[in-house]
Amino acid sequence: MIIHEYQGKELLREMGVPIPGGKVAQTPEEAGKIAGELGTKVAVKAQVHVGGRGKAGGIKLAGSAEEAVAKAKEIIGMDIKGLTVHKVLVEEAIDIETELYLGITLDRARGTHVIMFSTEGGVDIEEVAEKTPEKIVKVAVDPRRGLLDHHIRKVCYAFDMSKENRKALGVFVKTLYKLYMAKDCSIAEINPLVVTKDGRMLAADAKVNFDGNALYRHPELEAMAEISEEDPLEVKAKEMGLAYVRLDGEVGIIGNGAGLVMGTLDEVNRVGGKPANFLDVGGGASAKVVTNSLSLVLSDPNVKGVLFNIFGGITRGDEVAKGIVEGTKVLNIDKPLVIRLSGTNEEEGRKILSDAGIETAATMEEAAEKIVALTRN
Amino acid sequence: MSILIDKNTKVLVQGITGKEGSFHAQQMIDYGTKVVGGVTPGKGGQTHLGVPVFNTVEEAVKATGADASIVFVPAPFAADATSEAIEAGLKVVCCITEGVPINDMVPVRAQAIEAGCRLVGPNCPGLITPGECKIGIMPGNIFSSGPVGLISRSGTLTYQAASATDTESVIAALTRAGFGQSTCVGIGGDPILGTYFKDCLPHFAKDEKTKMVVLIGEIGGSAEEEAAALVKELGIPAVAMIAGRTAPPGKQMGHAGAIVSGSAGTAAAKVKAFEDAGVAVPETMQGLIEEVTKLLGAPVAN
Repeated sequence: MIIHEYQGKELLREMGVPIPGGKVAQTPEEAGKIAGELGTKVAVKAQVHVGGRGKAGGIKLAGSAEEAVAKAKEIIGMDIKGLTVHKVLVEEAIDIETELYLGITLDRARGTHVIMFSTEGGVDIEEVAEKTPEKIVKVAVDPRRGLLDHHIRKVCYAFDMSKENRKALGVFVKTLYKLYMAKDCSIAEINPLVVTKDGRMLAADAKVNFDGNALYRHPELEAMAEISEEDPLEVKAKEMGLAYVRLDGEVGIIGNGAGLVMGTLDEVNRVGGKPANFLDVGGGASAKVVTNSLSLVLSDPNVKGVLFNIFGGITRGDEVAKGIVEGTKVLNIDKPLVIRLSGTNEEEGRKILSDAGIETAATMEEAAEKIVALTRN
Repeated sequence: MSILIDKNTKVLVQGITGKEGSFHAQQMIDYGTKVVGGVTPGKGGQTHLGVPVFNTVEEAVKATGADASIVFVPAPFAADATSEAIEAGLKVVCCITEGVPINDMVPVRAQAIEAGCRLVGPNCPGLITPGECKIGIMPGNIFSSGPVGLISRSGTLTYQAASATDTESVIAALTRAGFGQSTCVGIGGDPILGTYFKDCLPHFAKDEKTKMVVLIGEIGGSAEEEAAALVKELGIPAVAMIAGRTAPPGKQMGHAGAIVSGSAGTAAAKVKAFEDAGVAVPETMQGLIEEVTKLLGAPVAN
């Protein structure tokens, strides 16, 4: 799950991390009011789940409340890489002396969390990482004991810095890690972490993502999800508990297991079709989940037909077949379906399907070829 | 011969009285796996599926001499159950559970490494030595014994690749030709895993029965790149497949993810890593069979 900059900053503020003063606004008038209250030069920043918004014109400076209203008017409603801006963050404009980078994420290869820090923060951090990796220090956290003081020292003494900045950075590392663990983050990143001309260290931006597997223990975070930001079908899928990603083709794909579904997408592509979506029903899917999936995929108007590719392990073929039969009854389907079913209880499943007059394909390739042929016109 | 598990492996089922635990414990027993007991806190003293149930793994190990465990415990409790099995001294622990929080697994993975325990999973289909022992949820009937070691990140693709009854399958052709499997390990697809390709490869390299290895990878992370390097170092014949070449379902990660893995993680990077290591990366099941046939030469009988 992803949240906005202003929400990430709110989490940082709760933890006691210094951030620039400011508030979120949904209308130009609100933006003006906030600028007036701040009484300083402000930055009006688009709140969208996409990078590069500064370059796209989504961040503007304003010297007065009136100017803030005007800038907010320009930004609210604008389109940034396909997403409409609904909110702006109005915050104190800061005089930047230096831009630093601080981030925490899981290092899969090492099997533990890693703190990353660079004195060359800002928009080009990825380029820094690629071209001059020595300018980024990575310190692995002890997987069993967590962040220790010597880890923090490794971060703070990695590059030449003033004593004051080193001390401030240490507090940032400790607090950001605390937030990362407390909220089960998958990423907690401050870029840029700025040192202002008057010597303060502030989080000028915040990017916080969460581990979806741990959301059950953070009901407070669910409330932060900005549903209007996302594809309506993806939102619906989330409500149903399905792993669904919308693509731009016309062949609906439903399968169990991310790998198998990806393999099915590859196969459909290989035989000349274009997948309309990725949908993984997960392990142990019940008939109801299968019916829901079918209904979801068919509610995409681009879908001309649906390919099921189910290989049963923990998922049982008879359950899946029941769901498909149920779905065809309830949904009154007029589009072709091709079903490939094997593995656990496959014979029971195939029997249920053939009793209901639904064709099955014997192999993944055959299934892909059939559905592509049926949806070509 | 095989790796990690064989006909003598004594297996505990954690969560044996639950719906999934029950169903798959029975399937494992039917396959011939030596299931010696189960663990469900509060149900100690009962008998389920003909085996004794214990409250703790420690008790179960004392009473049965078990040396491996499979975990079917719900996600919020799965990491703890896995940790309990490692602490009880089991040498192979397989966590099937899907949806385990990353922060719960990080210390458990480290614990397994310290204890010298081969943790497989979480969110994986398990492992199988055909004809001897199944610790997992894969349909046992599709596997057959032979010279191919298989390691896969994708559960369902594992079955696909090992399928003997599936008429489509290239592997069906392989199996008919005598290319069965020594051991198949489904390592799982979570961001944090107990076992990666590189952890299995040295076992397969030492195993006399295993003549070659098939690796089935996915986009994301750098496990395939590391595996490619190790395959070359060990000099073990291998063929690889990568799922997700054309339609990556994952949403773009932030800077942090990109910084950790660099360009690693894309299908193109993984294919290149394997090809640079001299490992063919076919796109179809037929292609896979052709490559395996090239490596093993004329089909061999078991």
